[in-house]
Amino acid sequence: MATKETMPGLEVEEVEVLDSEAEATAVLEELTGGHDVRAEPLWRIRLRLFRRSFAKNWGLFKESKMGLVGLAIIILFGLMAVAHPILMSTVWDPAIYDPVSGYDAVFNEYTIVEDGAVTDPTAEISLSDAKFELNPNVDVGEVVRIPVQPAPPTLGGEEGHAHLLGTDPQGRDIFSQLLYGARAAFLLGFVAAFTTVFIATTVGSVAAYYGGKLDGFLMRTADLILLMPLLPLLIVLSAAIQINMVMLGIMIGILGGFGGDAIILKSQALSIKVKAYIDAARVAGGGDGHIIFRHIVPNVVPLSLLYMMFGVTTAIALEATLSFLGLLNIQMSWGIMINTASTQGYLLSGTSYWWLLFPAGLAVSFLAFGFFVVGRGMDEVINPRLRAR
Amino acid sequence: MTAEAPVKTKPLVDVKGLRKLFPISRGLFRAPTDFVHAVDGIDFEIAPGESLGLVGESGCGKSTTGRMLVKLLDPTEGQIKFSDGDYEKDVARVGRSEIKDFRSRVQMIFQDPYESMNPRRTVFDTVSEPLAVQGVGTVPEREERVLELLHLVGLTPAENFLFRYPHELSGGQRQRVAIARALVMNPRFVVADEPTSMLDVSIRISIMELMTDLAERLGVSYLYITHDLAVARYMCDRIAVMYLGKMVEVGPTEDVLANPRHPYTRALLSAVPVPDPSIKRTPVEIKGGISKAINPAPECRFIERCPFAAEVCRENPHPEMFEVGDQHFAACYRINEI
Amino acid sequence: MTLSLENLQTRRIDPDKPLLEVDDLVMHYKIKIGEVSAVDNVTFTIHQGEAVGLVGESGCGKTSTALSLLRLLPANAEYISGQIRLNGEDLLRLDEEEMRERRWKDIAMVFQGAMNSWNPVYRVGDQIREVLDTHYRGEMDIDEQDRHIASLFSAVGLPPEMADRYPHEFSGGMRQRAVIAMALACSPELIIADEPTTALDVIVQDQILKELKRIQAELGMSILYISHDIAVIAEVTDSLGVMYAGKLVEYGPTAVVFARPRHPYAYLLLRSTPSITGPRRKLAPLEGEPPDLVHPPTGCRFHPRCPFATEKCVAEEPPLEEIAEGHRVACWHYDQVPELDMELVR
Repeated sequence: MATKETMPGLEVEEVEVLDSEAEATAVLEELTGGHDVRAEPLWRIRLRLFRRSFAKNWGLFKESKMGLVGLAIIILFGLMAVAHPILMSTVWDPAIYDPVSGYDAVFNEYTIVEDGAVTDPTAEISLSDAKFELNPNVDVGEVVRIPVQPAPPTLGGEEGHAHLLGTDPQGRDIFSQLLYGARAAFLLGFVAAFTTVFIATTVGSVAAYYGGKLDGFLMRTADLILLMPLLPLLIVLSAAIQINMVMLGIMIGILGGFGGDAIILKSQALSIKVKAYIDAARVAGGGDGHIIFRHIVPNVVPLSLLYMMFGVTTAIALEATLSFLGLLNIQMSWGIMINTASTQGYLLSGTSYWWLLFPAGLAVSFLAFGFFVVGRGMDEVINPRLRAR
Repeated sequence: MTAEAPVKTKPLVDVKGLRKLFPISRGLFRAPTDFVHAVDGIDFEIAPGESLGLVGESGCGKSTTGRMLVKLLDPTEGQIKFSDGDYEKDVARVGRSEIKDFRSRVQMIFQDPYESMNPRRTVFDTVSEPLAVQGVGTVPEREERVLELLHLVGLTPAENFLFRYPHELSGGQRQRVAIARALVMNPRFVVADEPTSMLDVSIRISIMELMTDLAERLGVSYLYITHDLAVARYMCDRIAVMYLGKMVEVGPTEDVLANPRHPYTRALLSAVPVPDPSIKRTPVEIKGGISKAINPAPECRFIERCPFAAEVCRENPHPEMFEVGDQHFAACYRINEI
Repeated sequence: MTLSLENLQTRRIDPDKPLLEVDDLVMHYKIKIGEVSAVDNVTFTIHQGEAVGLVGESGCGKTSTALSLLRLLPANAEYISGQIRLNGEDLLRLDEEEMRERRWKDIAMVFQGAMNSWNPVYRVGDQIREVLDTHYRGEMDIDEQDRHIASLFSAVGLPPEMADRYPHEFSGGMRQRAVIAMALACSPELIIADEPTTALDVIVQDQILKELKRIQAELGMSILYISHDIAVIAEVTDSLGVMYAGKLVEYGPTAVVFARPRHPYAYLLLRSTPSITGPRRKLAPLEGEPPDLVHPPTGCRFHPRCPFATEKCVAEEPPLEEIAEGHRVACWHYDQVPELDMELVR
């Protein structure tokens, strides 16, 4: 037996020190029942544990049918967002299909008739209108080609390009805008959600853990933010600075995360803070950082993710509102699509120009709905009391 | 304590005049005027290798005492001297830089095995936590050490338990993991706060046996906090009885149980149900239940419930500990009359 | 209407007359992964004026049995077979309305932790009055109710004027006394006390148990005690049943069972209970863990942990057999279980 350094402070009984590899293996085998657990690196064990708990949680989530519907909706929109740049670089001509700068006119043939004699507005045009729109030299009986904007959906063909959802009042492809808008919505949603989670978890955990004056300060700030009217605030801000999508996401994240969510997560963190394992961690020698980030935060994050889902919903709806009001410095989004239809006077046109309003409007509603029901599904995973027995 | 030791060995833990007052909040801007005297001036010693049982009803201050000993709470007054060979520290004055060293010598086992483990961390994470936060060893070394400990506390085959989550363990197994965590740094002193009170009878015994066995093998001393005198009888060399923040009686376990001298200890003992219908207990003499010691009067804490209270108890402050036998002390003016 | 505790005191008790007979009760809980066999073939009788105890570890089915008697089981529970006869009437055949009638008037229950179930915004007396209102609608005027509540309070050792106080003004022990007063409100014949003192300190526990014993003797009631603490059961009951994994494994007069337990589980349970009196006996740990009741062990459910188990125990389930007058044991090898020895420690 040779001497060997052992870890300081770690002698249980006499630590047996072995001088041959074979002897060591034998002892280890006796200790571990023949399995060499260390043959598998720790990260792989952790990955396996993660996969196992993921599978379990997925099993619970799956039981919520609405959650699955929501997930399907999100995946569908996700595919749309991914499809856009691919389509732009392959089949779509940027000059025609670019959601912002593309232009394509669908020409319709009209017969010029006398003023007041128009019987079929899709095939006839009155003389004075024709003179006004084309040139003063036209005359009754002539057949003229006039570009139609917005144009209804067309599958294209020999003469023109396909516009599955028609074009907008500026001759841009609505379908392309819709796909591009999905990208914008995801960008915004995730920026907002991650900011929310980060701020709410940190503020909630820190306030709960330290308590006292810091808690008082953070929570009063949270009250203040909670009381701040979000929409008017954003209107004022957008007047002062140019707000783009990422900035908007961060702002929604800060306001949401430091407001209500921080208060909710703090109460969750408070219930964790009094658990005996927090004391155990302190007795183990863990400092504040260790306790907050290894014990409190991991137990708060699931709830936080839930609020992240609801946060995405809010962000998407809010963006649509602000874009509709024309307050954002962004080029294209679902909100801008509705805004365009509105400023060109099509908002109240009923169903005759449905393709200007419905695709964008439904997309906002569906994606927000999707994230919301996924959140509800997650709620059942996180909150065992909600589980159906 | 060995008989042939010629001089009294230096105590492992030496507590003198320990007090903890909790203010009763009167709102944000008013200084508190009322205090709960959770622990109100207690002295005791624990010799190396000895186990002291701290018994009493809920609210008597036994848990608060335990938490001060492991520095989860700081005392309002008094000193807790911890000596382990050359290492000598006043627990209340352990500074930030010294805390990790202290934590490797003094550990704690908690009451509720369902709450003392983080549900999101595996057995390995839980047991190796002291090693990880104190930066001892490499990850494979820690893993080996954890396996060793799991083996020691009877969770075999150990590698089957290494990466389980708490919900995959029974109550008894969790408590074994908690013991492994407490022992992983090879501490000299462990505060055990009702470690078996949440467990079923049959499992309780094996945990008690494990703790006794490990104490002997590893030379660990326990401060064993419990409300159950029958458990204390099997776990402790000496018993200290607390009442409303004061220590009322301390002595060798069998001596205190067979020959209680303080009226409160007598009441407590006669109230414990006996698992034998053929034995009839002597009736309990005291009335009422324990309350909180909020700004208590200076006289004997027990006076209102005491059937033996007399003039001497009313006119004098709370009694000191009087010697009533070999190593046996009781805080009562009327020991000789009772 | 004159409802008073004095009436109760003149209730005639015939200790040989059965009050509650539980006959071959089988009850399952349906859960996602199968059926939990929570109560299986449980048979016992509570006579008039008798105190019976059910003892066992958590998950042994003792609380499920108690809830079965009152038909207060959760929605996923299912009675498979058996009868619960109160004065000869099968409670399982009653409709919900009739059962509700029985619940407070004939059988009352003191739940585990019931002392924390007081509604903090109502006076304690008024919460008891609510019970009287429900069961004696229009039969008692306010003065009668007040008198009755006062007599209930004095019966459990509380000052009658406490009835006008709110729950937070009561200590834990006083709240539990008030719970018992409420259980007595309709002068039931049987009280089921499920861990009535578990959260209380020993001195208060002692007071409450004494109070229950006194009330039982004075009012001629029967009590079914449910507890994990065999020391408590030893002190307050006349007969006891030991439950393990949903089964009643031993039943008999308390003194007989404690003097010579015949089922290995009952034996080991007694051997593993520390006591402060008498010499320091060596405690025997019970190895292993209680079984999974979705897939209970074959044969005798205790066989995986039993030091006396043989192949017969694995293959065949032992019946609850009468081995002496009123003493029944479900074990093939009960005659091998030794006497409780007094092996001393150190």
